[in-house]
Amino acid sequence: MPAPFTRQRVMLVLRSAGLRFALLFAALFLLAGLAFSAVLWWGTAGALDRQTAAAIRADTTALMERWRDGGRPALIEAIEARLAADIEDQTLYLLLDREGTRLAGNLETPPAQADTDPAWFNITLAREGEPSEARLFRLDLPSGSRLFVGRDVAEKQRLRALLTDALALSAAAAAFFAGLGAWLLRRALSQRLAPATLTAAAIASGDLAPRVPLSGRGDEFDRMGETMNTMLDRIATLMEGVRGVSDAIAHDLRTPIARARAKLEEALSGSPADSAALRSAIEQGIADLDGVTRVFQAVLRIAEVEAGARRAAFSSLDLSPLLEDAADLYLPSAEARQISLETEIAPGLVMRGDRDLLLQAVANLLDNAVKFTPEGGSIRLVARRGARAIWVDIADAGPGLSEADLPRAGTRFFRADSARTMPGSGLGLSLVRAVAVLHRGELHLAEARPGEDPPGLRATLRLPA
Amino acid sequence: MRMLLVEDDVEVARFVKKGLMEAGHAVEHAPNGRDGLFMAASEPFDLLVLDRMLPGGVDGVRLVETLRSQGNKTPVLFLTAMTAVDERVRGLKAGGDDYLTKPFAFAELLARCEALGRRPASDAPATRLKVADLELDLLSRTVTRAGKKVDVQPREFRLLEHLMRHAGQVVTRTMLLEKVWDYHFDPQTNVIDVHVSRLRQKLDKGHDRPLIHTVRNAGYMIRAEP
Repeated sequence: MPAPFTRQRVMLVLRSAGLRFALLFAALFLLAGLAFSAVLWWGTAGALDRQTAAAIRADTTALMERWRDGGRPALIEAIEARLAADIEDQTLYLLLDREGTRLAGNLETPPAQADTDPAWFNITLAREGEPSEARLFRLDLPSGSRLFVGRDVAEKQRLRALLTDALALSAAAAAFFAGLGAWLLRRALSQRLAPATLTAAAIASGDLAPRVPLSGRGDEFDRMGETMNTMLDRIATLMEGVRGVSDAIAHDLRTPIARARAKLEEALSGSPADSAALRSAIEQGIADLDGVTRVFQAVLRIAEVEAGARRAAFSSLDLSPLLEDAADLYLPSAEARQISLETEIAPGLVMRGDRDLLLQAVANLLDNAVKFTPEGGSIRLVARRGARAIWVDIADAGPGLSEADLPRAGTRFFRADSARTMPGSGLGLSLVRAVAVLHRGELHLAEARPGEDPPGLRATLRLPA
Repeated sequence: MRMLLVEDDVEVARFVKKGLMEAGHAVEHAPNGRDGLFMAASEPFDLLVLDRMLPGGVDGVRLVETLRSQGNKTPVLFLTAMTAVDERVRGLKAGGDDYLTKPFAFAELLARCEALGRRPASDAPATRLKVADLELDLLSRTVTRAGKKVDVQPREFRLLEHLMRHAGQVVTRTMLLEKVWDYHFDPQTNVIDVHVSRLRQKLDKGHDRPLIHTVRNAGYMIRAEP
């Protein structure tokens, strides 16, 4: 069906932003041309008018001289001499006596406005069949005769015609260039937008991997592409979070649930007389389920934090008392294991954030530190304000992490081999990392005392102030 | 205490009602928000235990908002399956007094119910708290046992104050964390236990009768009788 297709194409072209831009520019071109012509018209036509008036005035003065010197015959003679000398047929004269009889000149009849004021007026006259315009000056001589001196101003009309033609031509040119511009602009726009459109289409069809290629020009299109890519990265992160939760449910919750189930089943099949064993099995089962719930909540909490929605609830807070509270909370636990917990917290560390989450993050770090530091060791909590961020540094005297484990720490359910025997879910650092990112900061892990044995772990939180 | 439980899950409702009644409370049950609102508005209760999501067009938050707008100040404990932290804030903002996430240990629910239901009717501050021979002076912030001063740190003082205000009631670890430290978070290890046992050592040193008791699978309780 070619007809609707063509109509569709026409509609498409008409709706194009490129066409609208081009039309706008064409209109602007035309307006500018009009304004330019108007200025030109007023400038040149005005000059011509002034020039004509001066010529007429000079001519009249000269004729008056002749009249004063030789009277009417001399005037008539002068007029006839001038008419004879005027090859271009530009000048107009008419001399009338008191009764209105024509004495000399090339105007056949006295002009209609002859008796009206003012002395300057315009007339139209037919010259060689063509209507033409002339400017006349009337002078009443003392004898009662009247002298009309004039100039043909067809020149001005020619100028007007020229300008009108020029304007029409420029309008045509503007229309042409507008059309060309619309086409070029439309093509350029669709060419520059094509990568973004193709990427979006690919993503809509289910492949999240492609990103908008950038031209490297750093222009509006590149900026749009960059914004789109940032958005896509964010969506990919969120998708990964969701996938992480499902993976977690698949792997790490299955084990404890299976364990609890096995224990309960075993208790059920055991001797019914042994109520103590039954009771202990049930208690173990409940403890296992509580463990499952805790892991579940931690996973959901991490997902919630990673989704970033809690940023809306941020408020201004002072990190210093919060860190004091965290240290205070863990001090007895540390002391119970003869670990010294030293703090060096700068006052007034004001920032925007989520109080409970920040405490949770610091608590998780302190918890790890207390857990992994051997008896008699020491932990240092240092917080200070840097140029643009607050730095919270927790260094322990534990075994630290191996080179290979450092980058992997903080991914969900990662547990270093040395930590396998310790209680924990492998989610603590994930949450710390998620909280840091939520606050647009980061978690950095390094050796606390490089070269020593054990090297210890230094966890540094950078939180933008 | 006379309590109203508004909960649509039959099994949870049966379990909670049975437990609360065994603990010596009178419990009425409404299976949906509309019945719950009707009962709460027409009969006097000491405590409402509300599920956050309820069938029947009136959910927990709406129910509380309606009651509060009528000037009803009965304490409200929310139960919810939603874990998002904002949910807790929303529930408390609507007029709820406490919040508990499903699944919960019954001991935690009971402790919170009793803490809410037996809150002092007036907010007139007591200046001295007393349990057996242990005295706590809120003005001079001193603790004495059998007339002898016990040195406690400020945090331990607040911990003890909270336990003594709820003397004879179970106080769970999470309740202590929320009320004494004022943070809502999940400590990975037994930090609270260490604090309590340190306080207990200070109080019981030189005395043969312990005052702070550990309640198995629940929390702590301060009481005079052993």
